[in-house]
Amino acid sequence: MEMPFPRESGGPEPQAPSPVAMDPRFRGGTWGLTERGGYRTNSAMPASRVSGPSVAFDRVSKRYPGGAVAVDDISVEIAGGSFVALVGASGSGKSTLLKMVNRLIEPSTGGIRIGDADVTAGDAHLLRRRIGYVFQNIGLFPHLSVAENIAIGLRLTGRTDRVGRVAELLDLVDLPRDFAGRMPDALSGGQRQRVGVARALALEPGLMLMDEPFGALDPVTRDQLGTAIRALHDRLGLTTIMVTHDMAEALILADRVLVMAGGRIVADATPQALLSGAGGAEADALVAVPREQARRLREIGGGA
Amino acid sequence: MSAFLDAMGRVPPLLAQHLVLAFSALLLGIVISLPLAIVSARRPGVARFALGFASLIQTIPTLALLALFYPLLLSLSALVGGGIPALGFLPSLLALTLYGLLPILRNAVTGLLGIDPAVSEAADGVGMTAWQKLRLVEAPLVAPVVMAGIRTAAVWTIGAATLSTTVGQASLGDMIFAGLQTQNWALVLAGCFSAAALALAVDALLGLVEHGIARRRRGAVWGALVVLVIGAGVALAPMWSSGETRVVIGAKGFSEQYILARVIGHRLEAAGYRVAYREGLGSGIALGALSGGDIDVYVDYTGTIWADTMKRTDVPPRAAIFAGVRDWAATTRGVTVLGGLGFENAYAFAMRGDDAARRGVKTIADLVPIASKLRLATDIEFLDRPEWAAVKRAYGLEFGSAHPYQPTFMYRALESGAADVIPAFSSDGRIAADKLAVLGDPKGAIPGYDAILLLSPKHAKDARFQAVLKPLIGRISVGAMREANYLVDRDADKKSPEQAARWLEKKVGL
Repeated sequence: MEMPFPRESGGPEPQAPSPVAMDPRFRGGTWGLTERGGYRTNSAMPASRVSGPSVAFDRVSKRYPGGAVAVDDISVEIAGGSFVALVGASGSGKSTLLKMVNRLIEPSTGGIRIGDADVTAGDAHLLRRRIGYVFQNIGLFPHLSVAENIAIGLRLTGRTDRVGRVAELLDLVDLPRDFAGRMPDALSGGQRQRVGVARALALEPGLMLMDEPFGALDPVTRDQLGTAIRALHDRLGLTTIMVTHDMAEALILADRVLVMAGGRIVADATPQALLSGAGGAEADALVAVPREQARRLREIGGGA
Repeated sequence: MSAFLDAMGRVPPLLAQHLVLAFSALLLGIVISLPLAIVSARRPGVARFALGFASLIQTIPTLALLALFYPLLLSLSALVGGGIPALGFLPSLLALTLYGLLPILRNAVTGLLGIDPAVSEAADGVGMTAWQKLRLVEAPLVAPVVMAGIRTAAVWTIGAATLSTTVGQASLGDMIFAGLQTQNWALVLAGCFSAAALALAVDALLGLVEHGIARRRRGAVWGALVVLVIGAGVALAPMWSSGETRVVIGAKGFSEQYILARVIGHRLEAAGYRVAYREGLGSGIALGALSGGDIDVYVDYTGTIWADTMKRTDVPPRAAIFAGVRDWAATTRGVTVLGGLGFENAYAFAMRGDDAARRGVKTIADLVPIASKLRLATDIEFLDRPEWAAVKRAYGLEFGSAHPYQPTFMYRALESGAADVIPAFSSDGRIAADKLAVLGDPKGAIPGYDAILLLSPKHAKDARFQAVLKPLIGRISVGAMREANYLVDRDADKKSPEQAARWLEKKVGL
């Protein structure tokens, strides 16, 4: 796997976003929305575009009344265009950290910047329209058809060219176009999450936040969808932050893996570095699980 | 069957009034409960308070809730310098609105809290504002549940609206109360039938709306709503045709009142007035309705006003009570007492004739030594009335048991032996018909109850109006009244109050 990013967090960004592609706020903010009705068609999308925005956490903490600390003074920078996995056990603070980016959770202290703009600079709902959000429970609107679900962001921003855009997005997530008229309860779990991804991509965000996006899916679907997401990430030049508790998934899909425990980042490395044992004790324990599984599978295969 | 069809003839104008009241209350209830539900779903504290309040309202009997608004509005009106009607439409509207809050509120709150958290998170995640989330996600998802609550509220409100008769608001309850009092079962049946049919029709149409919403069939939703609006329009038609002013004649909820109201109405109609009847008024409410101008004329009794309204506990002779009431009504309420009708309808203790003879009871005083072995049956209000307190004070009377009944059933209780003594009404035809022994009141504990004709302040100097009613003064003997009452109250060959009124007019030569 190509590894375009250095593992050091907080270091200089090797791929500074191009000032041409970037909105003063960040890409996806007004880009794609400034020209009303001017969506690029799929075929017109460049195979590898300029990258999505960078995301910087600056001494971010989240404490709850009663003293529980979900996120403990985290500072980390995520380069534009990178695919970063947040890995950790339940309660390690990884989802909380992710949801503070689109302000579903507000930090107690510290600040988060997307590109050059602080996330608290405008209204939360406007911020969220510039960020794709996919999560484990999908949350398709049960009273709306697949097309209406996908087009909800277009509806919120007053776009009128929804039908063509929905067809593009269905293509993008490999769903047949005639799914547009179906209701969510007529879809399988994997199909639903594809619709969820299409919905998240409708407003052409530069940044995708994924909270255990494959958590409720069977292993085969999980693998297919993971591969599809990574392909979309590369094709659309997104910045993607994905929360998962599955280290194997993180190692396979991500450019960079942040391991969290107790509200802190305990390891920050490329998959290769983690596999070579450079991540430290906590990361090694997590990496050991898929490594051991792979070894046993090889043994079984060799013995047959 | 023809009696039932005759009774159905009275339905249209009452149905229109009933519908206006119930729909207004329902709409107001929706307007109040939906925003309250939205706030409640976001703030558990508000939800606890709002649902607790709405549940508390449900525990108050509707009749009591309606009655409670009378003093409430009266004091509110006094506070702001008058102008707020304490009777009729307003108290009925407020009580029914409160009554209908619970099902709408509870369903809406439950629905909102029951929305899948993932759907709510997705709505936030795609960048909806709070208003967009409500409009695009929450409202469509809870609409079927809210509609179910509205259906329940509609049925309750239409049913409970029959009780607004007691606070002077015309409704289908007018027929039920009048029929119950005069034992005109066709009238009761027609009133119940109409109210039930209305409730079922509205429920069915709202049910269509609910299913239409749940299955996302806009056609069904709009179709049902259009039928509902057209139906309401047709039902309301009788209200539009009556533009001109009418004289409203009030009547409390018993036969004598219904008959006398008709006698008054006939005279006014003969003199060219258009009249309407507001029947079944609560005893304590009629005078307020008169002084407030909700009704123009009605018959009351001196003792009732003396004891209930003026709160007097002394019992002077009849003439002194009459003068006291007349002067008090004129000075404090602007109400004109045109005069006495010529008979008294006092409380008079009565027993079965044979039973009284066997026990040797002739007066209330004779009851005292044996009262602990006797059972008293009374009308609904007697045990709380000052007359009863006065009798107990004067004689030291304590019965073995005392149970209140609806007046008609009070007589039945005595007749069947379920009770031994009743406070009968001296002008009641059943005293003679049931061969009851009326007990004397040697200590004069019970005040005089002369039937008097009262006019609203509007008619205080209305010479033409007064001239039409003047011939009634002193004209009706207690014997004639008793017979007229009996025509309506007896079990066989019952007459309507209308027929009894005609009979009475002929009897006294009007």
